Amino acid sequence: MTEATGIKEIIKPENLVYKKTKIMTDNVLSYCPGCGHGTAHRILAEIIDEEGLQSKTIGISPVGCSVLLYNFLDIDWQEAAHGRAPALATAIKRLLPDRFVFTYQGDGDLAAIGTAETIHACNRGENILIIFVNNGIYGMTGGQMAPTTLPGMKSSTSPYGRDVKLMGNPLKMTDIVATLPGTYYVTRQSVHTAANVKKTKKAIRKAIQYQKLDKGTCFIEIVSNCPSNWKMTPVESNKWMEQNMFPFYPLGDLKVPAEETEK
Amino acid sequence: MEKELRLMKGNEAVAEAAIRCGADGYFGYPITPQSEILEYLMEAKPWETTGMVVLQAESEVAAINMVYGGAGCGKKVMTTSSSPGISLKQEGITYIAGAELPCLIVNVVRGGPGLGTIQPAQSDYFQATKGGGHGDYHLIVLAPASVQEMADFVELSFDLAFKYRNPVMMLSDGAIGQMMEKVWFGPQKERSETVPEWATTGKPATRERNIITSLDLDPNAQERFNQKLIDKYNLIKEKEVRFEEFQCDDAEYLLVAYGTSARVCQKAVQLCRAEGIKVGLLRPITLFPFPSKRINKLADKMKLILSIEMSAGQMVEDVMLSVNGKVPVYHFGRMGGIVTAPDEVVEFLKSKIIGG
Amino acid sequence: MAKIRGSIVVDVERCKGCEVCMVTCPTGTIAMAKEVNHKGYFYAFPANPELCIGCANCAMVCPDGVITVYKTKI
Repeated sequence: MTEATGIKEIIKPENLVYKKTKIMTDNVLSYCPGCGHGTAHRILAEIIDEEGLQSKTIGISPVGCSVLLYNFLDIDWQEAAHGRAPALATAIKRLLPDRFVFTYQGDGDLAAIGTAETIHACNRGENILIIFVNNGIYGMTGGQMAPTTLPGMKSSTSPYGRDVKLMGNPLKMTDIVATLPGTYYVTRQSVHTAANVKKTKKAIRKAIQYQKLDKGTCFIEIVSNCPSNWKMTPVESNKWMEQNMFPFYPLGDLKVPAEETEK
Repeated sequence: MEKELRLMKGNEAVAEAAIRCGADGYFGYPITPQSEILEYLMEAKPWETTGMVVLQAESEVAAINMVYGGAGCGKKVMTTSSSPGISLKQEGITYIAGAELPCLIVNVVRGGPGLGTIQPAQSDYFQATKGGGHGDYHLIVLAPASVQEMADFVELSFDLAFKYRNPVMMLSDGAIGQMMEKVWFGPQKERSETVPEWATTGKPATRERNIITSLDLDPNAQERFNQKLIDKYNLIKEKEVRFEEFQCDDAEYLLVAYGTSARVCQKAVQLCRAEGIKVGLLRPITLFPFPSKRINKLADKMKLILSIEMSAGQMVEDVMLSVNGKVPVYHFGRMGGIVTAPDEVVEFLKSKIIGG
Repeated sequence: MAKIRGSIVVDVERCKGCEVCMVTCPTGTIAMAKEVNHKGYFYAFPANPELCIGCANCAMVCPDGVITVYKTKI
């Protein structure tokens, strides 16, 4: 059988509450079981669908686990070199100002090799959305330490745990870009529970509105998991994330527009 | 068609030509000896007239990636730099070639390697024509030898880039970038509204999504792509070779030189002829594709051939390959940012005629 | 008295058995099957379908989007 169904009588088109958006292609996602990337992709796709933006969106995919992002969302894509996505987005948005332009990057892409491009795009206040998926490890290349790996956290290149004396402290890029006048909305979210999924969707929706109003750079960090390289089950990894990643990378808004705080 | 006569630096001519041919975007970073290009564009404010985007990027790396993004949208975009900055761009360049995107990259060459000098050189020939970046690809490489060509080759580069979906490089040098000459410009052209069918502009219902990428994890597919590039370069070799000959008809000795060295050699030819030495000059205008066939043919009647370049000898290898052993081939040229003098070329040629 | 009743459909061949839907479900509807799909994953299924209230939390957190949700008043 290809489907497991609940009560059959309830399964009718008029009773439909939730279905995967058609913006997600039919391709099976290449991610490991339980990986937050899949959820993050789907949320983004849903909003593009709901806002009717498919014909106006250009996404820029990174190098990392989500390098094949362009196989999963049915929109126009550009594959960027490692870390360079904000530079591509800068040009695309300036040349096609009425499009919705976003980058989707992991922690190696954005916080290691791409720090200059990230900071300068934010500093110029480019009218783009940067989505930063932070799971504190390099997934695609096999679990090496990332700039966002926690102190003491083990990885294939920090097998005894991250030693801050030798390897430095984790880099909080979101906090850094929040200090730049060019960023308009900076927030940290997650996608591991339904409640957080709803909040992340809200954040992305806001970012789209702000982009339409030419407000500057919107930056959404999604703290996420990596069950494979953290060497846990998906459910365990989400718990570990709550207990270890969230205290270090607290969820919530780091920067909201002045108009919002006045309400 | 109204043409306008101006007096300006080679660098400025590139900038003015970019505006006039309707370029959509320029992304660059200051580096001597080509910063005037960015400065001229910032002062001209073409975003107020043609809507051209001009941006000083945070690095040459960022600039070439901005070019990638803009090119992926089917726009006429360009960047300029000088040798060390071009090295920084190599990653972006191979990605652009691998994604089959059109664009223009201008290298105003200075002495190297490393930080080198700020004076002119021709020591980036290998980098421009043999790769520079990783993988099997080629740039179409044009070598201007005057301020007029600095201007004219901008539009030509974009035409070739879009015709073949390939990046194009103008390989200039610090002398041509900085010298002032008379230059004719055509009238301002409209920026194109045409959107190539492969460009990412937002997926309408009427087509599949466009993906700009150079990645293919299926080796069979990647090999087919590599072959596709080979076929493209073979077509370019067949159709786009450009060169100029100076007094080659009765020549017994041949000088091969491009850019500033070609101007030096023109004088050297005149000096030699005044002494009764029958020498001619072949000036490659395209360095890729290289005028191999023509040089091979000319070699039939030459006694020896000199490759005159301001480097340790790079183009000389392509000249040797073209000549294929028919006659001796030697290299001569100053390095370190020094421009070879015509009488130095004459002396060297004479020494080879006598001494071998 | 009207009661909200839900029903989910799981695409079992695309499910990767991550179990996040199971821990997210507020009513205990979902369990993991004791048999595997053709990829070798223990897939999720509505083990207690009568408990489902159609909240769609499961579908919202599913990384692979394999769950479709229906809801009605009975």
